[in-house]
Amino acid sequence: MARGIKDKVAILGMGCSKFGERWDSGAEELMLEAYKEAIADAGIDSKQINAAWFSTAIDEVHVGKSGIPLSTTLRLPNIPVTHVENMCASGTEAFRGACYAVASGAADFALALGVEKLKDTGYGGLPGGRGAPLQQLWNANGTAPGNFAQLATAYMAAHGVGGDDLKRAIGHVSWKSHQNGAKNPKAHLQKAVEMDTILNAPMIASPLGLFDCCGVSDGAAAAIVTTPEIAKALGKSNIVSVKALQLSVSNGSESGHNSWDGSYFHTTRIASKKAYEEAGIKNPRGEVSMFEVHDCFSVTELVTMEDLHISETGKGWKDVLDGFYDADGKIPCQIDGGLKCFGHPIGASGLRMLYEMYLQFQGRAGARQLKDPRIGMTHNLGGAPRENVSSVAIVGRFE
Amino acid sequence: MVGIVAYGAYVPRLRLSRQAVYDANKWFAGGLRGLAKGERSMANWDEDSITMAVEASRDCLTSHKAEDVRQIYFASTTHPFKDRQNAGVIGTALNVEQDLMASDVGGSQKAGTSALIAGLNASRGGRSSLVAAADKRMTRVASANELNYGDGAAALLCGTENVVAKLVGHHSVSMDFVDHFRGDESDFDYGWEERWIRDEGYTKIVPPAIKAALAACKLKGADITHFIMPSLMPAVPKQMAKMSGVGEGAVRDLLGATLGDTGAAHALVMLVDALENAKAGDRIMVVAFGQGVDVLVFEATEALAKLPKRRGVSGWMARRKEEKNYMKFLAFNEMLPIDKGMRAEFDKKTALSILWRKRDMIYGLVGGKCRVCGTVQFPRSQVCVNPNCHAVDSQDPYNMSGLEASVMSFTADALTYSPDPPAYYGMITFPEGGRFMADFTDSDKEQVKVGAKMRMTFRVRDNDQMRGGFKRYFWKAAPA
Repeated sequence: MARGIKDKVAILGMGCSKFGERWDSGAEELMLEAYKEAIADAGIDSKQINAAWFSTAIDEVHVGKSGIPLSTTLRLPNIPVTHVENMCASGTEAFRGACYAVASGAADFALALGVEKLKDTGYGGLPGGRGAPLQQLWNANGTAPGNFAQLATAYMAAHGVGGDDLKRAIGHVSWKSHQNGAKNPKAHLQKAVEMDTILNAPMIASPLGLFDCCGVSDGAAAAIVTTPEIAKALGKSNIVSVKALQLSVSNGSESGHNSWDGSYFHTTRIASKKAYEEAGIKNPRGEVSMFEVHDCFSVTELVTMEDLHISETGKGWKDVLDGFYDADGKIPCQIDGGLKCFGHPIGASGLRMLYEMYLQFQGRAGARQLKDPRIGMTHNLGGAPRENVSSVAIVGRFE
Repeated sequence: MVGIVAYGAYVPRLRLSRQAVYDANKWFAGGLRGLAKGERSMANWDEDSITMAVEASRDCLTSHKAEDVRQIYFASTTHPFKDRQNAGVIGTALNVEQDLMASDVGGSQKAGTSALIAGLNASRGGRSSLVAAADKRMTRVASANELNYGDGAAALLCGTENVVAKLVGHHSVSMDFVDHFRGDESDFDYGWEERWIRDEGYTKIVPPAIKAALAACKLKGADITHFIMPSLMPAVPKQMAKMSGVGEGAVRDLLGATLGDTGAAHALVMLVDALENAKAGDRIMVVAFGQGVDVLVFEATEALAKLPKRRGVSGWMARRKEEKNYMKFLAFNEMLPIDKGMRAEFDKKTALSILWRKRDMIYGLVGGKCRVCGTVQFPRSQVCVNPNCHAVDSQDPYNMSGLEASVMSFTADALTYSPDPPAYYGMITFPEGGRFMADFTDSDKEQVKVGAKMRMTFRVRDNDQMRGGFKRYFWKAAPA
């Protein structure tokens, strides 16, 4: 294996806008809200940034193509700005680009900024569309909840889990995230919800009900990265460094070859295994302090915790019901509320997860601060269970 | 000897309760009470005359190879396209293109029999003709037609080998007797008084045509075992038979109680129904009326009993779901300005150049089979999908439309726009290999389960109303 990214890059500063239905703001205002916080936190001047990566996912309803929207909004000094799109993993992709630039020595300071302005479409849910012209001729008339609902049907079939057991487990996933989101002033949804409300909510795509689906939110998040040496030279303490950055992309075998049974994320298993190797983690269940995973739907989180090699395959639902991933459980997951409650402005989500990790490591997470976290893992999944991009980042204290 | 060598039919699953229609409309049209009995077939929202004709053709070709078909005639008064070869869409769906003459026949209720005459004559030299007929006619709210009509299709394969019903003879007359019409500017039929149609039309035009046909066949009326004559007036066929010396017992049921009149297809639907019940030596007369008359006489042969089993009219009629929701009937037929929501607004423009390049995939459901590892896959691609193979340029075309699939995962989606929510779809897998995320149709909650067996069916996927109604067709999975 290549030498990897471990401890070559430090997070110098981060910022995150308030997530939610930001009727008051366009993408530009959201970008600046996150950036102002990040640049102040980093303690450098905008002119010192050598290169930037800009992530969005749904350009059709959004800022448009290219690096120009970011460069123009921040009035960056004509530096390289690269626009990245990799569906829900876009934010982590921007971060990866910035980190690689620093690790290569091409940049001392690199910016990763992700934004999504979704609430200008006139209707709830993700902006629709039927894909590329050929896909429109044969892809099922599906939605994100409908695609992820099938993860639940296949998971139940593969592991013999009953409908009621699964419904309670995925209900608990959402219940826990609402508990956590209530403690996060930047979260889209800041209200704890009763289990009964969750279980009896209207069906969106069976077996997923309303509370099994994450919020559709506006928001932006940003990170400024540099080397640990420069961070130290700037007088930073509590340095947070990058331990691993992995991405695994489907090649059509799940969607086209009968070897996949639909009950797990093939890519996530691969990306997480490589990430643990890159970070030198031997026993993830014992070593990782916290997770921010891609809970676009409750069942996604449940299955992801197996594919990240934390819960045993087919048994994740039991860990969930045992409270293993609750705020006071063994490994808190979505301590900031997750996509479910913090919200899911697609291009920003990966950076938002890292933002929470960063705050936790620095002891700045307020009412939801965990005790002495050392290693955190973020995970994004873009696409559908049958065809996706899965990104994993591991960050931790620079020691 | 030319004649029919195979037959097939198709009837949509939904059967609209006539009582439900009447109950909704009786405040306005109380006079329809006498028609408020039984049920009529009702096309699903994703069915039209092309999709029904494809299904009937597949049923017909249960026993024969599509690639041997040399002519396709498609009869309908509701061809989805005015200028685009509708019969050619059927051909592509059946994966026949080369050495094929395709023709649409329309303009009259006797289009089905006219197409059959053309197909039989074209097959005399041994080149098989597939004659498909289907109709899905729009009807005005609270009209008698709304209750009388049905949606359905039939298909007949004409040829000279292993003929199951040989053509004894045929005779036609053509005269512009306008009992009803549907102008270019209307979706609906406009009809004249029934008593006039009976007394001046049927009575004066049909018996002489039957007489001429019998004379040409050197037969008498009493020689006819099955007398087939569609009519919206149930007494008329009996009257015409009597006037022609055909025994009353020979007059075939109009299938009105459970199916309704399927328009240009109905004479052929009734013919298929008769063939399902005929025995060798039976003489079958088919009479179709519509600005003239077509009369055809067939004689069933010993080969009829040996024809492999197919669904036919009886099989499709047995697959039935009662529909009591008249509003749904109106909505499916775009008769109701229903609030479809913004998700129905997505542009459905079709890239015709892509459709041409991928027509075997989209219309034929043709995937690929890897010559190196044997993996069947959909769609066919340049690099084999098998993770342990990945051979390049190794795949031969592989037709999957006739394969049974099973459900690997599914959902009922209430969010996406569907004319019939919730939208059922899921990953289907083929036992030979291959899978894709498919829309389901004709599905109920009770039927769709992991492991359920599904049959592929050719359906409408989208209707591009922004461009005058370009229908997108593709294959969906329906409970087997």
